[in-house]
Amino acid sequence: MKKNYLEISQVGIEFATEGEPFRALQNVNLAIAKGEFISLIGHSGCGKSTVLNIVAGLYEATEGGVILEGREVDEPGPDRAVVFQNHALLPWLTVYQNVELAVKCVFKKSKSKTEIRDWVEHNLSLVHMDHALHKLPAELSGGMKQRVGIARCLAMQPKMLLMDEPFGALDALTRAHLQDSLMEIQQQLGNTVIMITHDVDEAVLLSDRIVMMTNGPAASIGEVLRIDLPRPRDRVILADDSAFNNYRQQVLRFLYEKQKNPATKKIQAA
Amino acid sequence: MKAISAISKATQGSELLTVSNLCLLINKTLKTLTLPAVGILVFLLLWQLMANNIITSLGQFPGPSQVWEQSKTLVVEHQRERKKEAAFYERQEKRNAKKLEKNPDATVKIRAYTGKATFVDQIATSLLTVAFGFMIATLVAVPLGIICGLSESVYRCVNPIIQTFKPVSPLAWLPLVTMVVSALYVSNDPIFEKAFLTSAFTVALCCLWPTVVNTIVGVASIDRDLINVSRVLQLGTATHIRKIVIPSAIPMIFTGLRLSLATGWMVLIAAEMLAQNPGLGKFIWDEFQNGSSNSLGRIMAAVLVIGVIGFILDSLMLTLQKRVSWDKQAILR
Repeated sequence: MKKNYLEISQVGIEFATEGEPFRALQNVNLAIAKGEFISLIGHSGCGKSTVLNIVAGLYEATEGGVILEGREVDEPGPDRAVVFQNHALLPWLTVYQNVELAVKCVFKKSKSKTEIRDWVEHNLSLVHMDHALHKLPAELSGGMKQRVGIARCLAMQPKMLLMDEPFGALDALTRAHLQDSLMEIQQQLGNTVIMITHDVDEAVLLSDRIVMMTNGPAASIGEVLRIDLPRPRDRVILADDSAFNNYRQQVLRFLYEKQKNPATKKIQAA
Repeated sequence: MKAISAISKATQGSELLTVSNLCLLINKTLKTLTLPAVGILVFLLLWQLMANNIITSLGQFPGPSQVWEQSKTLVVEHQRERKKEAAFYERQEKRNAKKLEKNPDATVKIRAYTGKATFVDQIATSLLTVAFGFMIATLVAVPLGIICGLSESVYRCVNPIIQTFKPVSPLAWLPLVTMVVSALYVSNDPIFEKAFLTSAFTVALCCLWPTVVNTIVGVASIDRDLINVSRVLQLGTATHIRKIVIPSAIPMIFTGLRLSLATGWMVLIAAEMLAQNPGLGKFIWDEFQNGSSNSLGRIMAAVLVIGVIGFILDSLMLTLQKRVSWDKQAILR
């Protein structure tokens, strides 16, 4: 396994504001191996999404850079698929057409018409959405929409799967279902994933490593925690597992003792 | 015993059901039919009362009954004119047939009927003119709006021009358009009347703006996430516009188109009056100049027809919008 499949080195970013430029990130360094599942966790506003957007190429870093498989990232592209928090499906296309659009963009030259159709259907069945091929997103529940969003990204066979709080807008049960589906798919395909999350349990359950970020402005990586739990992981068994709970506690300690929520800090100061 | 009571219960239930159904039905008809009918009746009553009290130099202001009479006359006149036309062509054909009988090599001509345009013809002309003007406006406005909506810099360049021309009245454009059409449209065998073109271009100039402005807003307010999807997929500009921009902006584009068509129809009447395009505007103007005791009634009939056609045009656009729109949950009115 190559250690430096994706390399984020010395990344910092400033946003232009009306007054002084706002420095969101500073000195972010991270190397990710192929097939690794990384979670980014931190308080709101610490720049987790900004890191993800820089890797996706949607933002341009002010300094430093991102190298994916030996090539510098300088624009967005289908080799770094993004799962958005609010699914971002095109509401005027059916489930099938939404995935098909992405597949056609990537495989237009290499796949025939029937191959494209099979591939779209295969990916939708991976996320258990093959029963709703011809429904519009508005006819689906939030969890189902997110499943289609994931299928759209998987179908692009990206080098990196970037997930921006993919389950943040879902209720706890639906979230658990989707986490299980995601683990199952990850087991089969071995994608390289960066996932942003607010949910400590989710991070520990899914990740190979958890990257904990300090509070902004000028946020950076605080600690990295390796999760050495055997796969496949079962949430019910792990709930009683001492190792699992130990990892959980370490993340919680980082978030609530070392990096107090900036909002509560202000309240205490007042 | 049990069975009987069960049956009576069942029938009671169904009676209740039908009674409540009937109530619902009555309620629905009341809302959809009766209330508008009441509104119209009250309006007609007030109209008649007012009309009785207004005496103009052309006689009494026409009430609903006079206008109804004049409307019937307008239809009768149209039918009479059509019969005359048919007879005219029949006579020509007979004459030509005779001519050919005498001399098979004779050249025969069919002269076009040049009778007066009737009210119905004028409605048709108006509809054709507004359709042509609206089509030109749409062909310019939608692409322009998309370009301005996509590019902030283009928008900043074009916006002052849009804001300046948007409030200009059709009457101000008309002399300029008339002169430009006369100067540029020189042809020995013109397909279109100059008055038709002048009216249509004036309509286009005035009904361009609502579509432009609404398209810009629609395109500029596309969901950021969808734009990011397009960037990740590296869609080309053409595909981006076709797959993301146009479907996203379609509701706003249609809002603009509906406003534009309504504006265009209003502008048309003024334009036709001045350009003498043989449509409803000219009809009203001619009746006004004619000044007979029936004129006001005939004009009022035209006013009602203009209103009803405007209403129908808007309903057609709404139907089209509902068909094209992907958001079937949206309440359009």
